[in-house]
Amino acid sequence: MSSVSLPESKVTGEIVEDPRTRTTLVRGGLDFAGVTETICRSIEGKTPIGWYIAFGISLLMLGVMVASIGYLFWVGTGIWGLNMPVAWGWAIVNFVWWVGIGHAGTLISAILFLFRQKWRTGINRFAEAMTIFAVICALVFPTIHVGRVWLIWFALPIPNWELIWPNFRSPLLWDVFAVSTYFTVSLLFWYTGLIPDLATLRDRAKGKIAKLGYGIFALGWRGSNRHWINYEKAYLILAGISTPLVLSVHSIVSFDFAVSVVPGWHTTIFPPYFVAGAVFSGFAMVLTLAIIARKIYKMENLITIDHFDNMNKIMLVTGMMVGYAYAMEFFIAWYSASPYEGFIFLARAKGQYAWAYWIMITCNVLVPQVFWFRSLRRNIPVMFVASILINVGMWFERFVIVATSLSQDYLPANWGYFRPTLFDVSTYIGTMGLFFTFFLLFLRFLPMVAIAEVKGVMPEADPHHKPAEVK
Amino acid sequence: MDKTEALYGMVAEFDSPGALLHAAEATRNAGYERVDACSPFPIHGIDKALKIPGSKVPWLVLGGAFTGGIGALALQWWTSAIDYPIKIAGKPYLSLPAFVPVIFELTVLLSAFAAVFGMLALNGLPRLYHPAFNHSRFHKVTDDGFFLIIESEDPMFSRSTTREFMAGLGGTHIEEVRG
Repeated sequence: MSSVSLPESKVTGEIVEDPRTRTTLVRGGLDFAGVTETICRSIEGKTPIGWYIAFGISLLMLGVMVASIGYLFWVGTGIWGLNMPVAWGWAIVNFVWWVGIGHAGTLISAILFLFRQKWRTGINRFAEAMTIFAVICALVFPTIHVGRVWLIWFALPIPNWELIWPNFRSPLLWDVFAVSTYFTVSLLFWYTGLIPDLATLRDRAKGKIAKLGYGIFALGWRGSNRHWINYEKAYLILAGISTPLVLSVHSIVSFDFAVSVVPGWHTTIFPPYFVAGAVFSGFAMVLTLAIIARKIYKMENLITIDHFDNMNKIMLVTGMMVGYAYAMEFFIAWYSASPYEGFIFLARAKGQYAWAYWIMITCNVLVPQVFWFRSLRRNIPVMFVASILINVGMWFERFVIVATSLSQDYLPANWGYFRPTLFDVSTYIGTMGLFFTFFLLFLRFLPMVAIAEVKGVMPEADPHHKPAEVK
Repeated sequence: MDKTEALYGMVAEFDSPGALLHAAEATRNAGYERVDACSPFPIHGIDKALKIPGSKVPWLVLGGAFTGGIGALALQWWTSAIDYPIKIAGKPYLSLPAFVPVIFELTVLLSAFAAVFGMLALNGLPRLYHPAFNHSRFHKVTDDGFFLIIESEDPMFSRSTTREFMAGLGGTHIEEVRG
């Protein structure tokens, strides 16, 4: 750990290379009021013109989604490229992709909290927001994929005239419970974290509507330490139960595949492999959004280059895990001596979907290798491009899993090739509109950085902190 | 606003978490019982200084967890094996391993409900109005203000000596609040 001519942090010019010391999380000499001001400015100040442009585009894309889904309801799932043998086309690919993206938010808010990673405070709020919106987008797909969407309530254990119940032995039903629980718990976690910050906005609000709106949602929070003690306990417990929850959700999503007997799906590596991939793609999405939001809203003092450095390290680790899983799948396919398994993996690398497979390998295994180098981990254009490529790669991972295994299973007479239609594409693009519409509204009306939590990790927040010790 | 005339207590502002902690300790040592400290973030040590009892949230969560887990097991067992048993893929009606995911999810779900709504209930929230908000600078409590409240219900409370006592601790903007 020698510190040879390292690039200086642009914000403060200080370098903390000694692993025994922690870098400062809040830069630019901000005090408590400065933190409040920096974060609230993005909501109270003039909305940047870029926001309106982005919001307009998002609404347009949302309109595309609404129209596509409306047409789907009118005509049926035949408007998609779904057919035998590939009956699980883009709808499932997109579902898994969006749920996976959501996972980083819970990882940052819950797992890093349990590990006392204080740097999470700079990014947890909008990572959690991203989780919620991504899970909403994810939930769209299985819902509309059932075809007769007005019967979706069959998935819930509701007494009905046929007197039968859902099949609780089916992984698809586990998925209903897992993803809806995940959504609800993420929402509660996010809202609990927001309460003190909504109180901040309430206390700063000038307009009557803002006062009323923030006032109602702040629930009358007054920062009493008799309340904080319950609040912190509840928050810790939420983090504790969200940690196994987030691991369970993508495990259960992977059961949709792994519990079947389709070659290439029926493997025990799927749960950990899916969870690693989910964290990988989720961090990439957090990074993409954080780079843009930080720039537009001038949050460089709160979301520092060290935050990005840490996130890139996590992406490197999870990217390597995913790469290991790809290799191990091939090994097990060979070691199992099952001709069907062996065939399907060779078909992935050399068959009709080889182009998709190699896009996946390039984006998910090769691209994150740039993060071995410190200078590239701290280079914003590099990480921005990498984060987008990683999400492209993760989409292709799910596409490869769904399309290769289904298109060439046990009976060669049934083989086929999946081609998406215009409506596959428009629905997928449309959910991005849904996601960004929510996300932009969040940036406009809610604090994108957790105000109370950032203050809590500042050295001045320690009651035994002595101002003289500040360098 | 006639009802708001009753004296609620005395509120003083302090300039740092350390000052608030010391003031809270001194107030308790002086014998005041009905004291509260408000701050933009939790200050660790104040709970001991004010002798705030430990949180009961974990017990509520335990209750939620058992309700969710046992409820999920009962739901799956009753629907799959009692009310309308259907043989699917030759599996037993009571397929316990297959019921684990839903048991787990509902355990987590009800625990989370218990944690959040239990926390709010224990805190007496939502309560959109509180007399402390009548202090002229109390809006800073969510920004960078640290406030100590001594309620008028306290047996030692006196409008003159309590004010002097709080000033002696270094409190500023000492105000009586009503409501």
